[in-house]
Amino acid sequence: MSDLTQHSRRVFFMKMAVLLNGIVGVVLAVPMLGYLLGPLLKKDTSRYDWVTLGSVDQFAVGETRLANYRNPVAVEWDGQTSTIPCWVSHVAADKFQIFAINCAHLGCPVRWFPQSKLFLCPCHGGAYYQDGSRAAGPPLRGLFEYSYKVTGGQLMIKAGELPTLSTPASMAKPERSSWQG
Amino acid sequence: MAGLKQRGLELYRWFEKRTGLAGPLIDVSEHRVPRSSASWWYVFGSAAAVILMMQIVTGILLALVYVPSAGEAWNSLQFLNHGLFLGWFLRALHGWGSNFMIAIVLIHMTQVFLFGAYKFPRELTWIVGVFLLLLTLGMAFTGQVLRFDQDAYWGLGIGASIAGRVPLIGAQVVHLMLGGPIIGGTTLSRFFAFHVFVIPGILLGCVLLHVWMVLYLGINEWPMPGRLVRKNSYLAEYQTLLRDDGIPFVPDAAWKDATFAAAIILAIIACALFFGPFGPSGPPDPTIIQAVPKPDLAFLWLYAMLAYLPPRLETPLLLIAPVVVIGALLLMPLVAGEGEKHWSRRPVAVLMVMMIAVSLGALTRLATYSPWSPIMDAWSADAMPPKFLKGRTPLEREGALVFQDKQCRNCHALDGLGGLRGPDLDAVATRLTEDQLIRQVLQGGGNMPAYGSALSPPETTALVRFLETLNGNRTPARDASRTLTGNSYQDNSLDSTSP
Repeated sequence: MSDLTQHSRRVFFMKMAVLLNGIVGVVLAVPMLGYLLGPLLKKDTSRYDWVTLGSVDQFAVGETRLANYRNPVAVEWDGQTSTIPCWVSHVAADKFQIFAINCAHLGCPVRWFPQSKLFLCPCHGGAYYQDGSRAAGPPLRGLFEYSYKVTGGQLMIKAGELPTLSTPASMAKPERSSWQG
Repeated sequence: MAGLKQRGLELYRWFEKRTGLAGPLIDVSEHRVPRSSASWWYVFGSAAAVILMMQIVTGILLALVYVPSAGEAWNSLQFLNHGLFLGWFLRALHGWGSNFMIAIVLIHMTQVFLFGAYKFPRELTWIVGVFLLLLTLGMAFTGQVLRFDQDAYWGLGIGASIAGRVPLIGAQVVHLMLGGPIIGGTTLSRFFAFHVFVIPGILLGCVLLHVWMVLYLGINEWPMPGRLVRKNSYLAEYQTLLRDDGIPFVPDAAWKDATFAAAIILAIIACALFFGPFGPSGPPDPTIIQAVPKPDLAFLWLYAMLAYLPPRLETPLLLIAPVVVIGALLLMPLVAGEGEKHWSRRPVAVLMVMMIAVSLGALTRLATYSPWSPIMDAWSADAMPPKFLKGRTPLEREGALVFQDKQCRNCHALDGLGGLRGPDLDAVATRLTEDQLIRQVLQGGGNMPAYGSALSPPETTALVRFLETLNGNRTPARDASRTLTGNSYQDNSLDSTSP
């Protein structure tokens, strides 16, 4: 009889121990998940920052040329990956269009051909017109565009995220629309 | 000598008394297998396991030197290739081992499928095997990223662009994959952890389970047409087969596994010696935009598929097709767990294998020369063939100049040189009339951009005149109404001088 009580007491203890470990497991898992997923909970806008493309004078009116900027979320061990190119089209005196280098199809680097006034993608043949709109090929939309401003003779863009269909470069669309009507 | 042997035996017994491992291991290795299974068709699984061991050893050796930092990885690969004795060979072994691994795993899977080995009671063995295939592909993709070069950088961009197509949580998926909002130091560290700790850990666990189930359930017998699998009788039939016509796995069957595994490893060594390591290609510097990124062999078919799918179907297919395909692979043994095993009585199965093999093979082959990609330097690199200039008027030659200068050549080949994205234009004048040519050039369409804003009217005239001469010595396409009315366009009569 006493044997049975003892046994059931041990079974109870075992159950308590399992429960305890379950609780400890949760206590341990919460900070682990927080560490893993924490960066995702940041507000979208906090990733973006104004970065300079250099003096406005470098960009002749009517021309499209390559410019580089330093990724605002760069860390020291980024190496060469922290410097990111983009295409700057100086449309008119105070009007610019700044396109992401990444094709809207799968992110390959598009190249500007001034002779035919086209951006061509080497991967699957996406083509875009001078204003970034889709010309041909598999992309579903035009090139991604950065918001920009001119401050103290410097051309600044808002950057900080790899442009994809879910993360189009320009988060704040109204900011760039002054000349788009 | 006899004394030495005696000492050895005593040492063995000392360890065996304390570990008790050798006895069960010997029993396992001598377990009985059907005589029919001691076949050269049954060697692929063990070969994959042997390649895995080689990958682990070469991987650890590479990790002794490799620096998983976005700023240093490329330099450490160069050091492995050029600065370290036999470093290039270890990289080559690991890279070729990866290609062989995927090939052997696919052959193994095909053999298991065609031999009906996934049927009762081996359904779960197949299901674990499907996960092993996915993990193997995961190793291949993460491994390609660790070779942190130009292809790896833009390959990550492609991966992120695919992830970015996920609805609603696309941005979060991209950030989770890249370890941040953009490709950088945290991205490589993440892929290193996955390639070196996470996936191999899960992979090894699944391999152990997979092999354990093969031992526990016994290897599939050679299928016979008409010998059906029934859940209520199969196990007894299999035991009878083992008793009546079984042989010990070691050595009667295992010698073939061992021989094939050695041959495969020798083949990997030979490839590593003759072809050397894969890359690294250019440094992972995004500002070098003269990159033509291409995935590794195992993902070329996907690269081709993304070129040929109708654009509007890409996102749905990218998101739905993997779920359907993987789901079908996982459910297949549960749905078709009984019945005929032999391929000669399973025509649908055979046709499926052939269709998938031909599709993957054709897509991979196409991706090796990617006819859908414009050749970015063809306009300046491929000269205009003289035969298209001989005896032409100055205006037509000016048109040839426009043709080159406006990058038409990047997509259109002439005399076999140039891009393959658009049709070759050697005889375009036999397909399109003058008006159609003008329309096509100015307005584009059918995957061609419109050149209306990039061409002045004189340039258009010259270009179309030149295109009109490309008739392959056949009769050019003519607008019937013009023939009837005798070149009756008023002021813009381009073809007044043509024959």
